[in-house]
Amino acid sequence: MRARLVGARLLQAIPVVIGVVVITFVLTRALPGDPAVYFAGDAADEASIQQVREQLGLDAPLPQQFIRYVGDLLRGDWGNSLSTGQPVLSDLARRLPASLELTLIALLLSCAIAIPLGVMAATRPGSWRDHLCRVLVTAGVSLPTFFTGILLIYVFYYLLDIAPSPLGRLDFLYIEPAPVTGFYLIDSALAGDWDTFGGAARQLVLPAITMAIFTLAPIARMTRAAMLQALSSDFIRTARAAGLPRGRIVYGYALRNALLPVVTTLGMVFSFALGANVLVEKVFAWPGIGSYAVDALVASDYAAVQGFVLAMALLFVTLNLIIDLLYAVIDPRIGFDAT
Amino acid sequence: MTGTTQSHGFASHVGHVMRQNPVTMIAFGMLGLLVFCAVFGPALVPHDPLASGARILQPPSGEHWFGTDHLGRDVFSRVIVATRLDMVISVGAVALSFVAGAILGCAAGYWGGWPDAVISRGLDMIMAFPLFVLAMGIVAALGNTVENVIYATAVINTPFYARVVRAEVNIRREAGFVQAARLAGNSDLRIVALHIFPNALPPMMVQVSLNMGWAVLNAAGLSFIGLGVRPPTPEWGIMVAEGANYIISGEWWLAVFPGLWLMFAVFTFNLLGDGLRDIVDPRQRR
Repeated sequence: MRARLVGARLLQAIPVVIGVVVITFVLTRALPGDPAVYFAGDAADEASIQQVREQLGLDAPLPQQFIRYVGDLLRGDWGNSLSTGQPVLSDLARRLPASLELTLIALLLSCAIAIPLGVMAATRPGSWRDHLCRVLVTAGVSLPTFFTGILLIYVFYYLLDIAPSPLGRLDFLYIEPAPVTGFYLIDSALAGDWDTFGGAARQLVLPAITMAIFTLAPIARMTRAAMLQALSSDFIRTARAAGLPRGRIVYGYALRNALLPVVTTLGMVFSFALGANVLVEKVFAWPGIGSYAVDALVASDYAAVQGFVLAMALLFVTLNLIIDLLYAVIDPRIGFDAT
Repeated sequence: MTGTTQSHGFASHVGHVMRQNPVTMIAFGMLGLLVFCAVFGPALVPHDPLASGARILQPPSGEHWFGTDHLGRDVFSRVIVATRLDMVISVGAVALSFVAGAILGCAAGYWGGWPDAVISRGLDMIMAFPLFVLAMGIVAALGNTVENVIYATAVINTPFYARVVRAEVNIRREAGFVQAARLAGNSDLRIVALHIFPNALPPMMVQVSLNMGWAVLNAAGLSFIGLGVRPPTPEWGIMVAEGANYIISGEWWLAVFPGLWLMFAVFTFNLLGDGLRDIVDPRQRR
């Protein structure tokens, strides 16, 4: 039964992936001007433009072009980046771990703050703590990520001088750990190189906090709402009547049930986080795929930008899939259709 | 007669909510300030926002309230003048997605069947992207202009409106007043537009004010990474991006003031959104 549910959910992801590919294809074809003129270069004459057009298959009807595009994607040919001269796919693969490490650490941090905050607000609804939580959360979501990052740099790097310079994942003093997972924290820990681990962690702190502040709001709000609902349900009343200790009721029973809707909102939070990731990487010169895309945008390097958009979308679809599968594992009552 | 009592009831309800929730009243005041800056700001600022001067990188003073930037331009004037452009971009984007969302949502909710399937799946496809990333892709594909930033922001916001409208229209499709209107010989189009759609307006208004803050953030974020508005046009995102180069040498006022003003705008809309939700649907407060 469980296997069938998982299989059904995997099948549901297929049309989404197809849709994502269709949209990126449309974006490719909506390039300003004629892509053939663009790829042929400035000095090209009419004949060579025509040649490039035939070479790229741009004279074929759209459906045929689409099939060709999908074929290229499947073969791993995502085009070449103009600015780095490398295939886009290998560029992205090399830079992806940096982005993932930052995003995941930030989300962990965000959950670690937001869930207790939501629980605190829900256990005392209407109190000053509840209002404080609401104001904090609204302020957090109103802070533009790029601005928070710059503010943190100013305070902790320039004024207090306790943060390292906001330039990338590792200071020049340290040697990059041997790439196993691509996550510096894990790689350096595996190699037992705790100096590098500390260096990587110090670089990670400010960007991770920046992103965490932005993603606090939805998690805290959802936790509060779900906790309120859980706390007013019958089994909590029974537990209270049975005289169970308060901590046991709140954390042992209510929170465990309230976590399920929180897990589902994580999907939306990921969408925020991946978008915010681009801005945070730009501010902290973080060598992830977000800053790669920003550089590519500035250089009008369209193959790289499209590769990035597609990669992000596929990543997002995969993450949502994992969340849904986790959800079914956590809560045996719920199938995938009942949302 | 009924109309007046209803509107009176609504007004007193609004008054009640306002008294209960002074934060919403403050938010309306903040909105007034923003609108005032957007309308009259360019006429009132003390300096020309584009005129460079000899006094560069001056800290805030009586003459230059927010200091001057690397070209000697007055940061205060630039921040205030930028209000209009940022508001135009976000209001434009939200208005476009409001209209597009209303049309798509009505079509999907009223007719159901294959139009519903096509529209819903299409919106799901948009939602399958991290939205800011999709906006980047759209602007990159369409060309790097302010109009395209508006279109991109509108596209990524449309699904939210369409979903709200679809749900509201769908539950009223077979309602008594709709069947009465149909029997009276109204066309489908007229029923949807004049009888059903107005019911979806209150939740849509809430969506608008919740969405406005996000639209402002998105537009500023896009121009922060160099899309849309180009220097030397004063715009909050660009000003923060330019100021970022000076923050590590201690010239904080270049980035901090436009950033704070941007935050103020977003905060205003978010507070308003919460307040409006209380007015429109008191049960939903969470």
